[in-house]
This record gives sequence, structure tokens and C-alpha cells, in this order.
Amino acid sequence: MGLLDAKISKHNVLVTSVDNVMNWARLSSLWPMGFGLACCAIEMMATNASNYDLERFGIFPRASPRQSDLMIVAGTVTMKMAERVIRLYEQMPEPRYVLSMGSCSNCGGPYWKHGYHVLKGVDRIIPVDVYVPGCPPRPESLIGGLMKVQELIRMEQIGISRAEALKKLEEKSIDPGQLIQAARKGAIAS
Amino acid sequence: MGDTQENIPQSGEVIAAKAVWQVINEKFGDAVSELDENPFMPFFEVLKREQWRDIALFMRDNPKLRFTYMACLSGVDYPEERKLGIVCNLESLGELGHRIAVKVKCDREGGIIPSVAKVWKTADWHEREAYDMYGMEFSGHPDLRRILCPEDWEGYPLRKDYQVQETYHGIKVPE
Repeated sequence: MGLLDAKISKHNVLVTSVDNVMNWARLSSLWPMGFGLACCAIEMMATNASNYDLERFGIFPRASPRQSDLMIVAGTVTMKMAERVIRLYEQMPEPRYVLSMGSCSNCGGPYWKHGYHVLKGVDRIIPVDVYVPGCPPRPESLIGGLMKVQELIRMEQIGISRAEALKKLEEKSIDPGQLIQAARKGAIAS
Repeated sequence: MGDTQENIPQSGEVIAAKAVWQVINEKFGDAVSELDENPFMPFFEVLKREQWRDIALFMRDNPKLRFTYMACLSGVDYPEERKLGIVCNLESLGELGHRIAVKVKCDREGGIIPSVAKVWKTADWHEREAYDMYGMEFSGHPDLRRILCPEDWEGYPLRKDYQVQETYHGIKVPE
């Protein structure tokens, strides 16, 4: 539940924990670093643009790693770029999050076997929190991934490490097939 | 090839390439091979590669040839012949309109081909790419460095016997 969902009307008092407020503030202004590596970047730019309008979630790209909370690795990470990605990651202030977007940065994608110049998964060099599959993923998938990051931030509090939160997030996973089935049934019924 | 192929009339492009080759052959004689009159891209090979730059300059400036435009320069690996080579696609763009391809070969290990970067500017980066991927040197090139791979990359990736290095700066490279 987000704080705004509680619908604060006149003269009401809201009681919450500091953790909740802090997490709400952090997840409502996720600033990704503005950089793209390949075709996934085009899709990321489309997500930022007016049709999908990421700014409604408070997400908009920053020009410097020092002002960013989130790194969206959008595209093929070449060996030449890998070292730069590490450096950019290290320049980001903590707490920082990494979203790996698309097959290439997840695992090397089509370059898995014969791409001598491609890093086979960005998780070989930096810790990844959320993987978004697709080649490239549609803006909807990227938004889905970003919401996973928000969910992760929401879970964090004193006494729960990032690893534990990620584990919890994994346990919460639902089968998309069932959702699709349910949506189809609903569509037929209406 | 059978007789049926010979009966097909040659296209204007091949006839034009033939005329071009004759002009070059008159001037350079043994330095160039016979013309391969295939209908897709007629080509000849430069047999004396030390003359390649003179031939290139002649092809660019001779009023009957006027090859003003280098469309592409590709590298090739010939492991059976133990050779490396380049293929240059040339065109007289906006002037005479004819096209031809030129091949130059060199030894696989330590081979040197004269650079034509001063003849066609296009060749500058194309030769750097051929060097990056195949490892032949271009003598007289203004800035022969790797263009795509990192400068400390090991080996030449497009050679047929290329083996990718295990690690690069401590990062695992293969799958």
C-alpha cells in the first residue's frame, strides 16, 4: 500500500513509521542514470517519452551517476564498455539499484556463443536486482521491471538486508500465465 | 562453365569493367591479373602489391577511369592459401558510372599492403577495421590503430582460426 492510497482527507492524522515514509519518498523519485548501450535504449527512451510517460512515477533520467539511484543497463554490454559500466556503477551513491534490461545484458543474448566482444551478462561485473527479459522488452515490461524495483525498495527496512528483500520478492512471484488466462476469460465474459 | 552460360550476352556493367581493366592492363601489365567477368561484381587482383597505391592513384585520376568513390574496403582470410586480403569496391560516382572490385593479397603472418588512405579518404577507417579484424598491416597509413576492439585486445577476431581470450582485464570472456 502506498501512502497516498490511504486518502488523507481534511483534519485527519496519518500514523506511519519512518521506514515507510523514507521508502515511499525513495521509490516515488527513482532517478535512473541516462545512458543506453544498444537497441534496448531506444525502447527505454520510448518509455521515457510521452506515450508511456515514466515521469508519472517520478522516474526521469539524470545526466550524472552521482545523482542517480538506479542504473538501467539497456543493451549489449561489450567488453570495452564493461569496465566503464563498473566505473559508472561505483560512482553512484548508495543505496543504488541495477535493472538489467533485455537479453543482451541479462545473459549475452544472441551473442552468447559467437560474440567474442560481448560480456555474457552484466551480473558478471555488477550485482543486478531486477532482470527484464525481452529482445528488446516492450515499454510495458520495462515499467513492470521498474515497479519490481519499487516493490524492492518498499520492502527494505532496518533488519532486512537487500538479499533478504530480493528473496522475499522472488517468493512473491506469480505465474503470469494464470493472469493472462484470467484476463482472457474476463474479456470473453464481457 | 557450360556453353549455355557463354551464350548469354554480357551486361553493360561487365563490358564497362572490361574496358576499365584494359586501360589498367595497358599501363601496369603483369602487375594486375586477368579480369574475372562475373556478372555480379567484375574484379581483378593486384599481383604486385607494392604497385597497389600507384594503380589506385591511376584509377582515380585517369580521365578514362575516374574512380572517384570507394564504396567499401573489406578484409578476407584465406587460410588454405595462408594469405590475407582486401577487396575494394570502386565506383566512378556521378562521372562515368562504372564499377569494379580490386583484390589485394598479402602473407598471413606479418603481411603488408600499401595503404590507399591518401587516395580515398574512405579507406582510412576501413583499413583500420581490416587491420583490427585480420591483422594485416597497411604501410603508409596515417593512423593505424585498432578501431573497434580495445587497444590491448589479443588476436584478430575475424580470422578463421581465432580463439577468444579467456579473460579481459580480469573479466571472463567466453560463455
